[in-house]
Amino acid sequence: MKPETKAVDIDRNKGDFHYKVDYAKDAGSGLSEKTIQYISDAKDDPDWVREFRLRGLKTFLEKPLPTHWASKDLEAIDFDKIRYYLASGDAAKRTWEEVPEDIKRTFERLGIPEQERKFLAGVEAQFDSEAVYSNIKKAVGEQGVIFVGSTEGLKHHPEIFRKWFGKVIPIADNKFSALNAAVFSGGSFIYVPPGVKVKHPLQAYFRINAENFGQFERTLIIADEGSEVTYMEGCTAPKFETTTLHSAVVELVALKGAKIQYITVQNWSANVFNLVTKRGLAHEDSEIKWIDCNIGSRLTMKYPGVVLKGRKSRGEVLSIALAGNGQHQDTGAKMIHAADETTSNIISKSISVGTGRATYRGLVHVPKHLKHCKNNTECDALLINATSRTDTYPAITVRGTGNAVQHEASVSQVSAEQIFYMQQRGLSEAQAMSLSVNGFVNDLVRQFPMEYSVELKRLIELEMEGSVG
Amino acid sequence: MNDLRVENLHVAIGDQQIVRGLSLAVPRGEVHAIMGPNGSGKSTLAKVMAGHPDYQVTKGKITMDGEDVLGIEPDDRARKGLFLAFQYPSEIPGVTIANFLRAALQSRLPEGEELEATEYYAKLYEKMELLGMDRSFTSRAVNEGFSGGEKKRTEILQLAMLEPKYAVLDETDSGLDIDALKIVARGVNMMRGPGLGILLITHYQRLLNYIVPDHVHVMVAGRIVRSGGKELALELEERGYDWARESAGEMAVTR
Repeated sequence: MKPETKAVDIDRNKGDFHYKVDYAKDAGSGLSEKTIQYISDAKDDPDWVREFRLRGLKTFLEKPLPTHWASKDLEAIDFDKIRYYLASGDAAKRTWEEVPEDIKRTFERLGIPEQERKFLAGVEAQFDSEAVYSNIKKAVGEQGVIFVGSTEGLKHHPEIFRKWFGKVIPIADNKFSALNAAVFSGGSFIYVPPGVKVKHPLQAYFRINAENFGQFERTLIIADEGSEVTYMEGCTAPKFETTTLHSAVVELVALKGAKIQYITVQNWSANVFNLVTKRGLAHEDSEIKWIDCNIGSRLTMKYPGVVLKGRKSRGEVLSIALAGNGQHQDTGAKMIHAADETTSNIISKSISVGTGRATYRGLVHVPKHLKHCKNNTECDALLINATSRTDTYPAITVRGTGNAVQHEASVSQVSAEQIFYMQQRGLSEAQAMSLSVNGFVNDLVRQFPMEYSVELKRLIELEMEGSVG
Repeated sequence: MNDLRVENLHVAIGDQQIVRGLSLAVPRGEVHAIMGPNGSGKSTLAKVMAGHPDYQVTKGKITMDGEDVLGIEPDDRARKGLFLAFQYPSEIPGVTIANFLRAALQSRLPEGEELEATEYYAKLYEKMELLGMDRSFTSRAVNEGFSGGEKKRTEILQLAMLEPKYAVLDETDSGLDIDALKIVARGVNMMRGPGLGILLITHYQRLLNYIVPDHVHVMVAGRIVRSGGKELALELEERGYDWARESAGEMAVTR
């Protein structure tokens, strides 16, 4: 029997607060070349980065919104009203004591320093546009592991950074990756030297504090040959009346025999547009695993992918999406097989509550010339109310012989009889619902690290309590 | 008054009257059986007592220890001490028996109080042993893929764990072979005592050979038409429900 651990919790409403902070650096509202120059000046960018940003801006302005296949709700984003860069102007601190009091109390309320002491190998805490705290445990740093913000990474480790930056996800991948290229700030740069296995997870916490704000962190993780690393990210924002935009780009590179596990538990408030591009490049015999839990936000569009470039590489996406009242979780996975004997696995579970809508989009691509590739896709949807909605759009192109693909999908509904049965045992309607939902995701959550599965269960409970009312 | 009491109850689904003026009292410490043919409204009575939302009480009342229960939610009724063993228990995919019962017991504790895990498991294993259930059962999802006998046994396990004041057992004998029936009966008999009032709903006399009731009621067309001691069950078995219908006189004929 697994003993219950006390939740390391960031609960659904715990993130709903914000403090007034004075920003020394503020790029103002709206996006133009001037905005880019302001950000580049503020960050003291090298020329190549300034150029990269300008190309990003150009591409962003040229590309239309993807409303021909995605939600029309994207049109509600007013790019002229968003503030693209807000920062204190200080470099990230190495100790919590040095972090300014008004910002530190935010992270204390979210429980970050406590988690760091308990089970993390390193933490980066981003507040609006920049990291305010970044630290790695001494023993881990001594192994040669680099864990810094993207600005510091591109300045101090250009030889590794430039080699991979923008290579997994090019500027023009999509409109929002181009936007990120133009205004990116914050996010993590991680390098794990050959053979080094980082035992405890590295964590980043992304916090939006300001109204009408856009957060555009950029993360690049490189696991050198035979190394292993687990990265966890958490996200929250207060509930504002106006929309907030979160548009990150995350690139992972697993070199020969390396393993990267990337875990996201997002808990955005219902005013956030969360439009994120995540992709990994897996070299020979390496493994990239995305564990992605999407709770909250107004609209999330996110399809973590793996390009299986090397022979025998493995890609995996395990995802859970909970679409509450009025929310749309448009999530999925992409597996691009580009070498023989590559395997990929996608397990997606979504829950729609009230008027919530969960959409699964999956792309599995195996070209004709490849041999002995395998994909397994399972996507299960759970509908809570009669008004809840789910859609599945799988795109599977598998050519050639000797490749195996398996796809299973199911939709189930929590029945009134089931709820009555649970109520008869003493559970309230909300408790009954959340237990059903936890049961639905249980076999998947069991594969997550303990700390995160406990937190996830709590988040689901709180979300269900809120939606049953 | 320590009893589960039904007074002049009328119940409808839509336009259809199913229970028509039923009265009954089960004091704590007693076992009452309701027997009746298919369609007499037995299961409806059980579900209405537990607060199923599909049924409409058009008249009458139900009280538990003198307190009205019709006005309160099903989960409230359960926490106040009413238990229903379902004829067709629902499956709860992914939720283990251990977690489910734990959540059910936790819901009975005051806010901020945590169920003591060691004691809980000790009690769970003890009850399972008495019901001849393997420990590995606790990690199976509630009723998922269970045989009829396993489902009924799981209902009785829940009864034993939740220790209600009143238990309504709806056709707990249906679909059981004789060995399973004996085990279930043993479980119920084990719980008999001054603290618990039991209402057994059954179609057949067979169950009553193993759980001997203090009182037997015969239900026909939504009413109790006859009440008596345990010998009434045998008489009914011998003479059939037609006899009960006839002896109910015009009640069953005039609608």
